Amino acid sequence: MAGKTLYDKLWDAHVVQTDAGGTSLLYIDRHLVHEVTSPQAFEGLRMAGRKPWRTSSVLAVPDHNVPTTARAAGITDPVSRVQIETLDQNCAEYGITEFKMNDLRQGIVHVIGPEQGATLPGMTVVCGDSHTSTHGAFGALAFGIGTSEVEHVLATQCLIQKKSKNMLVRVDGKLRPGVTAKDIVLAIIGKMGTAGGTGYTLEFAGEAIRSLSMEGRMSICNMAIEAGARAGVIGVDETTVEYVQGRPYAPTGDNWDLAVASWFDLHSDDDAQFDKTLILNAADLVPQVTWGTSPEMVVGVDGRVPDPAAEADKSKANGMQRALDYMDLKPGTAISDIHVDKVFIGSCTNSRIEDLRAAASAIRGGKVAANIKQALVVPGSGLVKQQAEQEGLDKVFVAAGFEWREPGCSMCLAMNADRLEPGERCASTSNRNFEGRQGQGGRTHLVSPAMAAAAAIAGHFVDVREFG
Amino acid sequence: MEKFTTLQALVVPLDRPNVDTDAIIPKQFLKSIRRSGFGPNLFDEWRYLDHGEPDQDNSGRPLNPDFALNQARYQGARILLGRENFGCGSSREHAVWALEDFGFRVVIAPSFADIFFNNCFKNGVLPIVLDAAKVDALFKAVEATQGYELKIDLVAQTVTTPAGNSWDFEVDAFRKHCLLEGLDDIGLTLQHAEAIRAYEARRRAEAPWLFN
Repeated sequence: MAGKTLYDKLWDAHVVQTDAGGTSLLYIDRHLVHEVTSPQAFEGLRMAGRKPWRTSSVLAVPDHNVPTTARAAGITDPVSRVQIETLDQNCAEYGITEFKMNDLRQGIVHVIGPEQGATLPGMTVVCGDSHTSTHGAFGALAFGIGTSEVEHVLATQCLIQKKSKNMLVRVDGKLRPGVTAKDIVLAIIGKMGTAGGTGYTLEFAGEAIRSLSMEGRMSICNMAIEAGARAGVIGVDETTVEYVQGRPYAPTGDNWDLAVASWFDLHSDDDAQFDKTLILNAADLVPQVTWGTSPEMVVGVDGRVPDPAAEADKSKANGMQRALDYMDLKPGTAISDIHVDKVFIGSCTNSRIEDLRAAASAIRGGKVAANIKQALVVPGSGLVKQQAEQEGLDKVFVAAGFEWREPGCSMCLAMNADRLEPGERCASTSNRNFEGRQGQGGRTHLVSPAMAAAAAIAGHFVDVREFG
Repeated sequence: MEKFTTLQALVVPLDRPNVDTDAIIPKQFLKSIRRSGFGPNLFDEWRYLDHGEPDQDNSGRPLNPDFALNQARYQGARILLGRENFGCGSSREHAVWALEDFGFRVVIAPSFADIFFNNCFKNGVLPIVLDAAKVDALFKAVEATQGYELKIDLVAQTVTTPAGNSWDFEVDAFRKHCLLEGLDDIGLTLQHAEAIRAYEARRRAEAPWLFN
């Protein structure tokens, strides 16, 4: 019999029961909750006269709607305020731990879970947010769910699931300097397409993945959903264990030893069978920049905007043309000739300490270019912000002309006041370049933190490998 | 949840691939704490020529005449015809709530994003996968024929065209059962409360740190 993949192991360990049709009840260890996708779930629970099954499994935080300035004054947008107050009330009513807006530990839900050690290897982790795949970096099975499923997990601690297929994404060799985790995952999506992973759990493996920090691994798993996969996983190694040790929710004493012993089995067996495999060579990768309105529309920074006329598939060519019209770009334009209006460094993809360090170091004493209307740095959590300030990174950003903000999702999805105006073009470290994602009519180019910072200084995209 | 058995209804085409949930319901409308009322803002940025905000009166807003949902011939459509990877992106169930509130009970596409696909079943909306050639044929037929209706039969798992062609579609047996009966699946899961407790007890002994 063939060995098991990491996903097989995680799945098997959490199946409560499976019916004859192959539908399983899957037990959920950690349920992360935020203000946008939970109010209707709590309301449903209340209307049915049900109670949460295990409140200690739930950790809540407001992140999507929170302002990133002047927090002491509260939230001025009345609709956003009601949503956040509703989360506060629901957590108080059911005794759920919540890091409120002005708590130092508040931040983007996918930053604070790992930061607190609330995300542990071997867990099932869910949240009403598609970027829950982030937590798979810890050898956890983590995926996004809709609000009905948020209610289901609250009420039963389980989800009704069918098992996905297994896909291996192996990145061999070593990355060249200036090429980061974000570039790896954008290149993977460019190869697979945004539906290439639909129906699969992706396992990221290979030397280039192993050599990444936990921050880098989280950036990779974060964007598994952009390749269509609900979940992405990475096997546990010393890097994982080192990151988890000593965090507030991490096990201690004998439990720590027991836990670590079990975690080292959280990798695919050598003879495990995958349904599909994609292999990339890290040495071939260059910094990536998206040019269109889907994350798969991506090229190297040394490349050019592609020409729909050269695309044989007519439906694909139409999609490319629509994207170019929306982005106001001409085929053949060199990526380095694209000027931007705004720069956003943040989001659950790239707002952790390592991301801020990379961005700060790409500034190299420069100033934000005159054509840049706004350059924002939004740390992923209050603790990331504090650490960055201890390292003096905030001073580097502010001296260069960036705004240093309070933590939250911010301009990744523009639910709060941070957004693009129609026609504005942004170099963004976030995860989605959909039409209107960062503000109606806004144009998003997805890049790594170093590439975003360098674009802010140059005023247009530049190759970080040659910049400075 | 409203039951679904059969539906005969007008079809509206949305001819673009990778329709994402940000497009289906833009972020500003996610601030609502309700489950209903999203229909007027379905595809807001494509449907209207101005910028929409929550709680605004939508009746006087300028409509985009090129967008299929605004065209007279498609008024009253309850079946949405889409292209590959429909519903990609964010997990927001508001996307399905908006489709349902607008009046859609069926979405037909060659492929769907997983989370959206799952969310449909939780809200009495049936997502149907047909192969790309059939979907392509449907696009041509819908555009060529005023008042083009399809008949959907969930019991028989068939899509029937006005010409009488009948195509089978796949649907998971459990999901089909829930849709046909309009069942609350939380209630179904709670029937297995004993099994869940037994799992928890075993797991707590093996891995106590998961229950801190």
